[in-house]
Amino acid sequence: MTTLLGIRGLRAWHGHSQALFGVDLDVGEGEVVALMGRNGMGKTTTIRTALGLQRPCAGEVSFGGRPIVDLAPHRIARLGIGLVPEGRRCFPNLTVRENLVSAARRGPWTLDRTRRLFHRLAGRMDQRAVTLSGGEQQMLAIGRALMTNPRLLIMDEATEGLAPLVRQEIWSALDTLKSEGLAILVVDKAVGQLLAMASRCVILEKGKSEWSGPPDAVSADVAGRYLGL
Amino acid sequence: MISEVRLNQTLVLLLVAVPLFGLIVDQPYLVTLATRVAILGMAGVGLNLALGYGGLVSFGHAAYFGAGGYVAGILAHHALNVEPIADWPILISGTTEMLIIWPLAMLFGAALAVAIGALSLRTSGVYFIMITLAFAQMLFYFAISWPSYGGEDGLPIYVRNRFPGLNTFDPLTFFCICLALLMLVLWVTSRVVGSRFGLALQAARQNAERTTSVGIDIFRIRLTAFALSGAMTALAGALYADLNRFVSPSMLSWHTSGEIMILVILGGVTRLYGPVAGAGCFVLLEQFLGGLTEHWQFWLGLMLVGVVLFAKGGIVGLLTRRPADA
Repeated sequence: MTTLLGIRGLRAWHGHSQALFGVDLDVGEGEVVALMGRNGMGKTTTIRTALGLQRPCAGEVSFGGRPIVDLAPHRIARLGIGLVPEGRRCFPNLTVRENLVSAARRGPWTLDRTRRLFHRLAGRMDQRAVTLSGGEQQMLAIGRALMTNPRLLIMDEATEGLAPLVRQEIWSALDTLKSEGLAILVVDKAVGQLLAMASRCVILEKGKSEWSGPPDAVSADVAGRYLGL
Repeated sequence: MISEVRLNQTLVLLLVAVPLFGLIVDQPYLVTLATRVAILGMAGVGLNLALGYGGLVSFGHAAYFGAGGYVAGILAHHALNVEPIADWPILISGTTEMLIIWPLAMLFGAALAVAIGALSLRTSGVYFIMITLAFAQMLFYFAISWPSYGGEDGLPIYVRNRFPGLNTFDPLTFFCICLALLMLVLWVTSRVVGSRFGLALQAARQNAERTTSVGIDIFRIRLTAFALSGAMTALAGALYADLNRFVSPSMLSWHTSGEIMILVILGGVTRLYGPVAGAGCFVLLEQFLGGLTEHWQFWLGLMLVGVVLFAKGGIVGLLTRRPADA
């Protein structure tokens, strides 16, 4: 499998304290990788650093074989990485349609296809994002990332704080994306869902990637030691 | 409550009705007042693109307003004195043709905005406000120390510039020209704001990091919007110079920047016709309150405080019951 996103020995700071002490992570074409770990272990910092939203102090990040550490965040995104950020964060005063169109780039993901994936958004295209429910905003955030026609989708805590039914809808949408062959790097607290969907898991502990393997190899011992389960 | 479209139509109708009423009751100064509203409104629409839609609080838009004024003034000055602006390497002579002056003023305004924006857009918040102010003040001091074009005394334009087929001396004709240009600028702004470029500009205001991470180069988007904003304000400046038949360094001063900003906030930030409503209100207050007391700006200030505290969408927001965008 060709490596799409490659992270080697990534070290970075979060404010005044070092958060990453050497993260190694690969996401291959069409692969779903679950980035796991307890709170404060560096999952979001890893994602932010990989996307150029903050600078690493050491390490390498490549996308499609090309080093991207020195690139501006918008250039990294244009290479084909779509981020669904933590806490939803749509553009509140733009309508659903405007949110989707503002990020659109040419490719198979169009407004119609996004509407088909998330039926709930279809009837709310001219509604301002701020008036949507939490779940709908999350769907919009995923839709907006898809409209950039990414080769890799990164989901950071996409289902946090949502009603179980809405969560289920989002997980089933992710399943659809997975079956269509989109590479996904996913961070979430719903370990059960992650293990069911991921092709591989990477566990961070104190800013280092401590464990990596297929989901069925996550033993009770590993889950207890690294995930507090 | 009134819909925003209906309110915008009412504003335009009012703007047309005032000068006609002025002619009927033989008060031609009302035509000049309406022309002033159209021109200041246009400067405000320019600033609103940067300040409202882009979230770029420029406290230096007098630079573009004054630059537009000086382009009109200098070109007319050379044309009337029949002396070239430059004769080497190529001969550049002055002109009194509005159709040449306007694009040149806009081009110059845009170029100035690109130069100022390229430096100031690397900062944000209070630093951005201060840098834009500093650049405008630099131009102001440059203008007052430039004796060839009147220095502190300003530069008179003895004869109003010409427009093919129209008598620009007639106040109503000049008002119609200004109104037509205001409508054009409003149309362009509405198209820009609704385009993908405009959406990206607004997205960058609402969340810069999020906008960057969907692959949008926010610096370029903002710089382009800043240049467009500068061009519109410069066009207003060129018309203002023609209205007064005089260009003075005060067009470049921070008071002017403040006034343009006030009328945008008063009318409604991120409201397409907000600056027009604001300009109308500003000119009304200046004219009628200014006739009663020379401290009319005190009341304007009070009104501004009221709007900022209780009507964040400005006059347009208040009447349409739609609060300001974040």
